[in-house]
Amino acid sequence: MLEITPLHYTALSAALFIIGVIGVLVRRNIIIIFMSIELILNAVNINLVALSSQLQNLVGQVFVVFVIAVAAAEAAVGLGIIIAFYRNKETVNIDEMSLMRW
Amino acid sequence: MAALGFSPSDFYYLLPELILTAGALLLLLVNVIVPRRDDLLFGLSMGTLAVSTLVLLSFAGVDIVISRGLLAIDGFALFFKLIFLVSAGLTIMMSAPYLRVEGVRAGEYYFLILCATLGMMFMASGIDLITLFIGLETMAIAFYILAGYLKPSHRSNEAAVKYFLLGAFSLGILLYGMSIVYGMTGSTRLDEIAVALAAQDRSLVLSLGMILLAAGMGFKIAAVPFHMWAPDVYEGAPTPVTAFLSVGSKAASFAMLLRIFIEGLAALTPDWQVVFAFLAVVTMTVGNIAAITQSNMKRMLAYSSIAHAGYVLIGVVAATERGVVAALVYLWVYLFMQLGAFTVITMLRRRDVVGDELKDMSGLFARSPIAAVAMLLFMLSLGGIPPTAGFMGKVWIFGAAIDQGFIWLAVVGVVNSAISLYYYLRVVVFMFFREETTGSEITIGPALATALAVGVVGTILFGIYPQWLFDQAQNAAALFGSTASSAMLR
Repeated sequence: MLEITPLHYTALSAALFIIGVIGVLVRRNIIIIFMSIELILNAVNINLVALSSQLQNLVGQVFVVFVIAVAAAEAAVGLGIIIAFYRNKETVNIDEMSLMRW
Repeated sequence: MAALGFSPSDFYYLLPELILTAGALLLLLVNVIVPRRDDLLFGLSMGTLAVSTLVLLSFAGVDIVISRGLLAIDGFALFFKLIFLVSAGLTIMMSAPYLRVEGVRAGEYYFLILCATLGMMFMASGIDLITLFIGLETMAIAFYILAGYLKPSHRSNEAAVKYFLLGAFSLGILLYGMSIVYGMTGSTRLDEIAVALAAQDRSLVLSLGMILLAAGMGFKIAAVPFHMWAPDVYEGAPTPVTAFLSVGSKAASFAMLLRIFIEGLAALTPDWQVVFAFLAVVTMTVGNIAAITQSNMKRMLAYSSIAHAGYVLIGVVAATERGVVAALVYLWVYLFMQLGAFTVITMLRRRDVVGDELKDMSGLFARSPIAAVAMLLFMLSLGGIPPTAGFMGKVWIFGAAIDQGFIWLAVVGVVNSAISLYYYLRVVVFMFFREETTGSEITIGPALATALAVGVVGTILFGIYPQWLFDQAQNAAALFGSTASSAMLR
């Protein structure tokens, strides 16, 4: 029987992180990019909790609470910004963000 | 280990931050109780900043750690907090006339500026990864909203979306790096991290964590190749916000970077020196070369500010007390010349002219000699011509690099300064030798005049009498690191 150790969680976190980074880089829809960013933040959370359990040290879990709080604040502001953008442009595709190019 | 909870003296040392918080909340209240009184909000926010600055100055010479090792009240923090408060004050002075011309109510604008300042102050004081990260986000979230403050403007919208997406992305990368460092050291406190790292061998995972931290911070200071957001955000955001972003946010990110790398990751110094030396070279070169081709002033100054981040990074690479002093001096003089230049651009924003294109500078000398001469001074200072403050900043930076044997880095820096003169002087050519363009009269109100005067005085004063600034920076850097167990800064 395979025992699940903190190392497995770290691997899961690394995988989530990579999926999130790839999502940010290749997807064109702002909402999906935003979801990929949330995925990265959750990868961080899983990593912190797993390491906290591995190290028998609570600081990591305190960190997670702060990350969750900040992610919520960021989501609130971010979705507001995206709505303001959508009202003007009627699109959420980043390829349409082309007013400023050099 | 101190007992659980805070001691009352913690609150005493947090007074500048607490005053700022109280002032910001008061602004929100006043905005609801007596709506449409922008002048009142302006006065209140300036008053809050002034009181906070005065209290802060009374902490000169203090060097203690408070809140059970979360915050350091030291000379380093004091130096940076002064940069933030002064730049916030100048930004607000620019904002009042700008918002009037744009026809936007001040509303929550000043509240957000104060919130951003508050976040920066925690970034300068924080000696724990959690505190630093909370400070960073307090600042960043306020800036996301500020960048998109002109809601009907497509450019402002676009700037906000881009800044938000890339800012949040960089936060994720930074946090992942922090989680790895936590995993390797078992602590989020920078001094404990330094001790733990000194006791262990370098590993691949640790290097990965270090690189992720460097990348995350690279986004915030807009270092190449993480600079893509900067030109677009700087161009689209309201001009005073751009100014604050390029000075305050950059200085705060450098404070955090110095804390993390010099205090926390001291054991990895040779490793991150390589990373930052590379970043410094590409940042300076790409920033300066891209700036040459710009026709929009805000965009040009964005690339120029990228290049300036490269110069400051040279000071970081030197990684000695002298290097830190040089970085501090540079960020301080940069405050005056950059905000001064943005004040002139804000003046050019009139009812019928957007005023941020290079051609809008045409014939400025004929229309407003004061603004043109001031702009000339700021451009010379940004280019590093003596006897301006910018020259002193560069001398100190390159001196620190040569001191540590990074002669090639100093040479790259000097070559880059020469390149940068081309596009700074082009502005001067437009101002003095081109025909006037259309547009209404340029009026300089009292707020803008004050901001301009502060910029001019700062740029000249620290150029001809830099000794005082050097001494202050020296004190700041000497106290810095005394809380860390590392002997890096000796």
